[in-house]
Amino acid sequence: MSENLIKPENLVYKKTDVMTDRILHYCPGCAHGTAHRLLAEVIDEMGIQNETIGVAPVGCSVLAYYYFNVDMQEAAHGRAPAVATGIKRVFPEKFVFTYQGDGDLAAIGTAETIHAINRGENILVVFINNGIYGMTGGQMAPTTLQGMKSSTSPFGRDVKTMGSPLKITELIAQLPGAYFVTRQAVHKPANVRKAKKAIKKAMEYQKLNKGTCFVEIVANCPSNWKMTPVQSNQWMEENMFPFYPLGDIKVPEEN
Amino acid sequence: MKELRLMKGNEALAEAAIRAGADAYFGYPITPQSEVIEYLMANKPEERTGMVVLQAESEVAAINMVYGAAGCGKKALTSSSSPGMSLKQEGISYIAGAELPCVLVNVVRGGPGLGTIQPSQSDYFQSVKGGGHGDYKLIVLAPSSVQESVDYVKLAFELAFKYRTPVMIQSDGIIGQMMEKVELFEQMPRVEPDYEWATIGRKEGKPSTFVTSLQLQAEEQEKVNLRLQAKYREIEKNEVLFESHYCEDADYLLTAFGSCARITRKAMEMARAKGIKVGLLRPQTLYPFPTEEFNRLAGQVKGILCVEMNAGQMVEDVRLSVNGKTKVEHFGRFGGMIPNPDEILNALEQKIIGG
Amino acid sequence: MTEEIIIAGFGGQGVLSMGQILCYSGVMQNKEVSWMPSYGPEMRGGTANCTAIISDEQISSPVLNTFDTAIVLNQPSMDKFEDAVKPGGLLIYERNGMTRKPRRTDINICAIDAYDASVKMNNTKVFNMIVIGGFLKIRPIIDMENVIKGLQKVLPERYHHLIPLNEEAINKGMEIITVEHKLN
Repeated sequence: MSENLIKPENLVYKKTDVMTDRILHYCPGCAHGTAHRLLAEVIDEMGIQNETIGVAPVGCSVLAYYYFNVDMQEAAHGRAPAVATGIKRVFPEKFVFTYQGDGDLAAIGTAETIHAINRGENILVVFINNGIYGMTGGQMAPTTLQGMKSSTSPFGRDVKTMGSPLKITELIAQLPGAYFVTRQAVHKPANVRKAKKAIKKAMEYQKLNKGTCFVEIVANCPSNWKMTPVQSNQWMEENMFPFYPLGDIKVPEEN
Repeated sequence: MKELRLMKGNEALAEAAIRAGADAYFGYPITPQSEVIEYLMANKPEERTGMVVLQAESEVAAINMVYGAAGCGKKALTSSSSPGMSLKQEGISYIAGAELPCVLVNVVRGGPGLGTIQPSQSDYFQSVKGGGHGDYKLIVLAPSSVQESVDYVKLAFELAFKYRTPVMIQSDGIIGQMMEKVELFEQMPRVEPDYEWATIGRKEGKPSTFVTSLQLQAEEQEKVNLRLQAKYREIEKNEVLFESHYCEDADYLLTAFGSCARITRKAMEMARAKGIKVGLLRPQTLYPFPTEEFNRLAGQVKGILCVEMNAGQMVEDVRLSVNGKTKVEHFGRFGGMIPNPDEILNALEQKIIGG
Repeated sequence: MTEEIIIAGFGGQGVLSMGQILCYSGVMQNKEVSWMPSYGPEMRGGTANCTAIISDEQISSPVLNTFDTAIVLNQPSMDKFEDAVKPGGLLIYERNGMTRKPRRTDINICAIDAYDASVKMNNTKVFNMIVIGGFLKIRPIIDMENVIKGLQKVLPERYHHLIPLNEEAINKGMEIITVEHKLN
């Protein structure tokens, strides 16, 4: 019965085949689902599903290879850019991306991140920054804001003893190998459209062998921030965005 | 005709990697193995065969680059020396867990810690017993000459792909640095991978492939472990390699691996010249270990002296192999010191013949 | 025949390549050979040494504590390796820059003024070839034609025009080496 409801003439939106039918394990309201989908749609639209190899991190998106219907490798914590380097170097004609959280990319994997980008590896790095360790249950991340509470900074991040939140994206923008560096969000339709555009641009640059493209997505974490999805998005706008302002950080000179 | 050259162990190994049709080398400099990457960089394998060579930012990155390339079904290798191999252990465990083929080279130097840059065999436990976490094994080949450094590269890739498992070539500062005559095998072609387990790009109409060592369900992870163990039993059955000298009429047995076996062989010859019937058993694979051969010889000899450039590591496997059938003692020099044949003969006389 | 040789001196004196040339020459004469350098910090600190073994038999250890021949080209090397020569063995030293004479009486001792000779030849780069010549005069373990073949192997082709010069240097070394102490 339900099958008959959707006909080609009234079909306005369809889940891309680049995502599998597996049910996402992410929490309600989490940005991962949207971010996955945008990346999958870009791959679909570019017709590169069979030429794309992704690298999943350790973190909430550790199982990303269940959801993307492209060949993928699961990397050790923080090592995704090194794994992606290994893949891209032996398959220079393939599209390679990493999908990493803030702990993976900006703490344990800082060296791999900086050096892969400094070499200008022709890969896309998608960086989900929610300022917290999600998978392990809400510990402090390198990007946790000053004063922000987490299970390992229960009285708020004290920068005197715990260091300041790391603006890794601004740091990366300094590297000659970084071609396109941008910071986006996916909590509102307008942001979703912009973020998708950024991801698409990045993948197109990869096709032209321009160097590393880096797309940060500032994200919420309702579960570990202990808020409702709506509250968390509002909190993100009020607290995360002032410190991690949205927009392009490094754009190619010809643009 | 094969090509005869005088080459350093490390350089010969690097040349062998190019000729074996390797697709990629990722490494980080450390004494005494830096000649491997230096040779590769100087000899332009990218032009010769299309092989990729990249100096990584760390040993950690290098092993993960190997993971990425191996996950694509490509022939990848890395090399390092002891402190660097410690750093690689995380990646090696992941590679073993994801059942990827690759070749690892450890040109061992003395430890622990920063230790010394001089030759040693003190990483036997790390290589043979699994240096990283989890129940896994590496096939471990122990060359005792520059020639074997070359031949084992080819063998290592064969075994790695036959069993989809990482294979270690455990060399040391002597084998890596010395020059010897060596015959190089002819250039083998690089092969475009087409394995169902490799991420080579999804095939239309087929589910995508993923390379992972993660199984959240205990039942599933147990299955992975059972599969690995079954593979290791096969390896133990099929791939044991050893070399024996004068074992048939031996009253006493010397055993040693790698560079140390060369020196121990000299001690054996000296003992034979004195009329002592001594044989030498040299394991060429440290895993799988020649357990059966040791057990067989244990019924014949009055004692075994295990000579190592460490404080006693392989001796434990010798003891397990002979299972109390005969006396097993250890003689070692360590920290970069190399035993000489006289002291080995003396140890044999004191610890085994007279003891 | 087995000849176990240590060659030691300052970096830049061509110590490592002397060992390699001897080994290559040995290969040309169908000998078993091994060459082992000192490596590590001392390599960067100015002194270098290598062990070269040339033998009719399979070579066991490429690293040794005692030697048939020690070729020492500076004072620290003489201090370090004079005592490592086997009784009855051979010590060859370069006179230039030495502050003392060898002390051993149970070994054969030869001296060579290779540095002076190389200056006279207007090419200090052939210093090490002069020393090799001196060594081969005393211990003729390899034929001259095989040394030349060895050189052809060691030297990149663009330097092959220098082989006659090297041959001349070897001959010079054979000419000028002097025996200071000879055992009966």
